[in-house]
Amino acid sequence: MKIFVRALLGASALSLAVTGVSAETLTIATVNNGDMIRMQGLTEDFTAKTGHDVEWVTLEENVLRQRVTTDITTKGGAFDIMTIGMYETPIWGANGWLVPLDDLSAEYDADDILPAMAGGLSHDGTLYAAPFYGESSMIMYRTDLMEKAGLEMPDAPTWTFIREAAAAMTDRDNDINGICLRGKAGWGEGGAFITAMSNSFGARWFDMDWNAQFDTQPWKDTLEFFVGMMSESGPAGYATNGFNENLSLFQQGKCGMWIDATVAASFVTNPNDSTVADKVGFALAPDNGLGKRSNWLWAWALAIPAGSQKVDAAKQFIEWATSKGYIELVASKEGWANVPPGARKSLYENPNYMDVPFAKMTLDSILTADPNNSTVEPSPYVGVQFAAIPEFAGIATEVSQEFSAVYAGQQSVDEALAKAQAITNDAMEAAGYK
Amino acid sequence: MARAVTTQRKTINTVVAWGIGLLIFFPILWILILSFKAEGDAIKTPIEVLTSAWTFENYGVVQERSDYSKHFFNSVILAFGSTILGLIIAVPAAWSMAFVPSKRTKDILMWMLSTKMLPAVGVLYPIYLVFIRLGLLDTRAGLVIVLMLINLPIIVWMLYTYFKEIPGEILEAARMDGASLREEILYVLTPMAIPGMASTVLLNVILAWNEAFWTLNLTAAKAAPLTAFIASYSSPEGLFYAKLSAASTMAIAPILIMGWFSQKQLVRGLTFGAVK
Repeated sequence: MKIFVRALLGASALSLAVTGVSAETLTIATVNNGDMIRMQGLTEDFTAKTGHDVEWVTLEENVLRQRVTTDITTKGGAFDIMTIGMYETPIWGANGWLVPLDDLSAEYDADDILPAMAGGLSHDGTLYAAPFYGESSMIMYRTDLMEKAGLEMPDAPTWTFIREAAAAMTDRDNDINGICLRGKAGWGEGGAFITAMSNSFGARWFDMDWNAQFDTQPWKDTLEFFVGMMSESGPAGYATNGFNENLSLFQQGKCGMWIDATVAASFVTNPNDSTVADKVGFALAPDNGLGKRSNWLWAWALAIPAGSQKVDAAKQFIEWATSKGYIELVASKEGWANVPPGARKSLYENPNYMDVPFAKMTLDSILTADPNNSTVEPSPYVGVQFAAIPEFAGIATEVSQEFSAVYAGQQSVDEALAKAQAITNDAMEAAGYK
Repeated sequence: MARAVTTQRKTINTVVAWGIGLLIFFPILWILILSFKAEGDAIKTPIEVLTSAWTFENYGVVQERSDYSKHFFNSVILAFGSTILGLIIAVPAAWSMAFVPSKRTKDILMWMLSTKMLPAVGVLYPIYLVFIRLGLLDTRAGLVIVLMLINLPIIVWMLYTYFKEIPGEILEAARMDGASLREEILYVLTPMAIPGMASTVLLNVILAWNEAFWTLNLTAAKAAPLTAFIASYSSPEGLFYAKLSAASTMAIAPILIMGWFSQKQLVRGLTFGAVK
């Protein structure tokens, strides 16, 4: 018995010496979406390779954001890895709240990460979070309704075409709306959409001196165009519609077009959930001929909070979860359509993946979004559908509430823009930008 | 004629009461129905939802993906632990205020109640920092203390109201017979206040079971109760209503069953006691 115990201890010591890291239990906070849930189901592969166990804390996106923000600002150390987005990463990285990911192994091939993603998840050239999956936004449209309307969707349409097509596809008697878009208040809901759309109209949140720009013509044009088009061709009550509401409408065949996250493509083409799965086409988000399209850029990424005591094991997990090997693992178990998209260049060089109907359009959409140069006129902030400053989430939530009130018919475009201007300037002044 | 009017009024009252009851219960009923539907069917119109196929699949998926028993166990510990701890502190407090009142008793009671008016998020950071310092983050002990503190004003208020209805002379007689303070509270006061205490316990177990701010913000993987279990199925990007409904049904079922069996005590306690 003693010999057996000694042998066991010896084997354990040898295994620790080989890996250089003792077996740990990592606590990972993440969001509830298809890709993340899939990763949870494949964690055994990571445990088998490294000996580390994983405990998952899965929360709804807004709850997660509040939860991890509390923990990281207090250095609570409740989590070893956090799932965060492109908005938080550069801010938290600049504050020293995240462990830099500048020493990932050669085998990991950090150069394979799409430049737009790496750029949005870095601060001063240092990567602070590894993208698990990336997304942009694009047009998803009903090919049958487009054909019935006698129109053909270009690969890169203009807003004028989209408005005309939406009107032509609208059939109120049969409960078909030409276009479904986000109108719900919240910086990550309707706020994200209208900001990305405003880029294509030549609008921006701030000038180079951090003055709010809602009193400019491009913002008025953006809002008036949006309200006009949605009144003509949008669903009733669109002021409270977000991603899920529009997904539900599209899947039930009640939308001619939907401009939203590229990740939705896998939902609307899934015949188990969507009644229009075989009638969906894709196109780039519209522009206005000003050189900027209205698509956004986002990534859910894995980062290590500075308060973690298990940094080495956490880095091993991040390397595993965002590696080329993980993508192949998912493909082998669940097919290429289900691999996490938008993070690695090599995925888009893989002929198996390029056979997936929405793969090319997803990549093209990601490549046309530049977080460092998102507006027609120069702007002082990084981000496409947000400005990566700590104050933005609060300001944009308030501003989007004013815009939603316009969509609901409770105030005019001019009133909302005047309030947005005042809200933003007051907040920026209080925060010391001016 | 008078009898006819009374009967008619009774019928109307009954119908109205049932209508209100069903209205309040409807969201729970709808959650229950959706939990037995496929995700694709759960987003359809109400008629289509009701006529679509029924399935147990969501419960299987939820059971496979999440550790229900761990979350359930944590909920039981937190709900009953915080209530029992609250009673241990509240019984002597309510006794002193009911039977040995001072000039400031009413003010103290109002002050205790006023703490319930503070938005919880206002003290999130101080409490989070205290928890880090004391090593209580993501522990059941820490949450038992916090939930007890949150519900303590309600427990004290309810017990105070019940105790006030007990004649002080009975306790005085016990004291004259040589009972100590502990014996007076344990053997004389408590047995007489059992109905009120039972409803206090029930109400506070329900409140602690359903508490979702602190239980989400002060836990991670170890002490997370069923509120965190439900939150893990909510998603702004993806329609998982059927699975969310299955998770919600599993989370509320225990407390719903407990409430159903103890509804007589609960209603009697609430209507004859604190909430007159």
